[in-house]
Amino acid sequence: MDATGIGLWGVPLAILGGAIRVSTPFIFVSIGEAITERSGRINLGLEGTLVFGAMTAYAVAVKSGSPWLGLISAAFAGLCFGLFHGWICKFPKVNDIAIGIALMLFGSGLAFFFGKPFIQPSAPDLPAIPFGAWSDIPQVRAALDVNVLFLIGAALAVFLWWAFRNTRAGLIVRVVGDSSDAARAMGLNPNTVRLVTTGVGGALAGIGGAYLSLYYPGSWTERISSGQGLMAVALVIFARWNPLGCFAAALLFGGAGALGPALQSVGVTQGYYLFYAAPYILTLIIMIATSSPSRTLAGAPGELSIIK
Amino acid sequence: MTDKFMLSRRDLLKTSAAGAALGLASAAFPIRAARAASATVGFIYVGPKDDYGYNQAHAEGAASLKGIEGISIVEEENVPETVDVQKTMESMINLDGASLIFPTSFGYFDPHMLAMCAKFPDVQFRHCGGLWNKDKHPMNAGSYFGYIGMGQYLNGIVAGHTTKSKKLGFVAAKPIPQVLLNINSFLLGARAVDPAITCQVIFTGEWSLAVKEAEATNALVDQGVDVVTCHVDSPKVVVETAAGRGAFVCGYHANQSPLAPEKYLTGAEWNWAKVYKMFVDDLVAGKPLPNFTRGGLADGFVKMSPLGPAVGEAARKQFDATLAEMMKGGFSVIKGPLKSNKGSVVATEGQAFAETAIELESMDYLVEGVVGSTA
Repeated sequence: MDATGIGLWGVPLAILGGAIRVSTPFIFVSIGEAITERSGRINLGLEGTLVFGAMTAYAVAVKSGSPWLGLISAAFAGLCFGLFHGWICKFPKVNDIAIGIALMLFGSGLAFFFGKPFIQPSAPDLPAIPFGAWSDIPQVRAALDVNVLFLIGAALAVFLWWAFRNTRAGLIVRVVGDSSDAARAMGLNPNTVRLVTTGVGGALAGIGGAYLSLYYPGSWTERISSGQGLMAVALVIFARWNPLGCFAAALLFGGAGALGPALQSVGVTQGYYLFYAAPYILTLIIMIATSSPSRTLAGAPGELSIIK
Repeated sequence: MTDKFMLSRRDLLKTSAAGAALGLASAAFPIRAARAASATVGFIYVGPKDDYGYNQAHAEGAASLKGIEGISIVEEENVPETVDVQKTMESMINLDGASLIFPTSFGYFDPHMLAMCAKFPDVQFRHCGGLWNKDKHPMNAGSYFGYIGMGQYLNGIVAGHTTKSKKLGFVAAKPIPQVLLNINSFLLGARAVDPAITCQVIFTGEWSLAVKEAEATNALVDQGVDVVTCHVDSPKVVVETAAGRGAFVCGYHANQSPLAPEKYLTGAEWNWAKVYKMFVDDLVAGKPLPNFTRGGLADGFVKMSPLGPAVGEAARKQFDATLAEMMKGGFSVIKGPLKSNKGSVVATEGQAFAETAIELESMDYLVEGVVGSTA
């Protein structure tokens, strides 16, 4: 098997490869949002943070020649956006959803403004680890080129899943998310905790943006995100605020997104618009199957403004 | 004619501001008054004007007008194909005084530009890609386009010589006639080299979806495709992804060779500078602007990127010979006997559609050898 095709095997391989390639921004944004929402606040602005992170990472990488410096800058920019959201929402009668939407538009607009001179130049890419080196088949090798950020995202999901249950910090976040009154009784300041969790969530979304512009698809354009930040926020509910669930949902979305092109490439060409809708149909089915009219969503933090 | 006397707030502000400015400034800026024959030309783009693609090609055309005496340019980018573009046109006319507007994206034509044509009968509108029809559309509207399918045919010739797997790939946005003609031309160019070659097409469904375009390119290469081209607004992602996977690329819209100098074979590029200059020369001379403008390689509307280092001698020869043939005009890509990939007859023996044939602008089929479907 050298330059020839691999036929129908291309479909499962593309789904696997797509799951690994496409899912990383979903992983980071949804884990970041899970942390924020676990503390009882919603940050809908992560789409803007994602786009701004993508721009920042690309711009810094172009200027400095180091993708890692770009990654760190994107995380820092995301942190600033998150802290800003957390700071505004601390004031009474401020609606976190409205602020989130405002920041989403602001982040994208600012990224377009500063990003203009960086559409043309090429930035260095983040490195990938060739897990497929054992294989002689180039397609398998390409599918198993795994970016380090994907592995970090996976490790982060496991760590957070453990940390929410087993650490003091995890407990604090959960208490603040479930009941502000209980948190105050424990001597905690809910606003401070939420400021930190929103900041961390923003930083993770910034890293997700860096993956988009520095690895896959690996260039800065104004349409780089096409709504992935928003989808990732929705994934959190789909994943029931569980970091491991976020990881799985992100993989599912990445793999399902690769289905449409892969099927067309093996000659299943009818109805590709339907295949492109596959991830959304899947979400809808799972949401319907797991919802119940008699109780609220399992795992939902009690202080969330959409639940209350 | 009551509305003639009803000034909108914007008009009122503009008129009074202009009046005040005139009174104050006429002494200070006598040059302004002297340049009576000046005109403002507006350009509207659907995406960023430096996208290595469709919008960049138009913006380069617009930039070429900047040296012309008495002509000033206004541009707006990232204008959606919604009522937004009507607002943009209104503000270009009312605030900037534009007398000629080029809305460059496909979806601007109907109903947006047509609505503005009716509202501002003194302003000229020329749309890129639309099918202007004397019976249906007003005389201050018009459309222009280039026969870039010819360029994709030449791309196909070079691709046909370069491919080893005999499988070509095409990442396409939407199955509209112009895209279908490009896909068909690309394959037919390759089949002029070797009739066994096939072309796999993947539609992404949108003009600009970076992640899906990258996935489509990867899926094509996974299936053994070794030359890829595309018809999306910004070919940057496709070119970079394909080259990264070791496949060769043919460019589209603009010259993408800086993105993959080793893997870039050639590309079909727009040369809008020529078209815009033609319109503006007519405008300056006070001549009526043409309503229906079309042109190909021979007319200078379309050009080819310089051949890349990977192009072999045989490919170069056939490329040059075919290009010379096209420069004579009247070259036919679609000629009989030819079937669609569903088996229906597209052209019978002896039947040929020259580049100028109006039937090609309503193409709804993919030819035999293209693996893909229009729906």
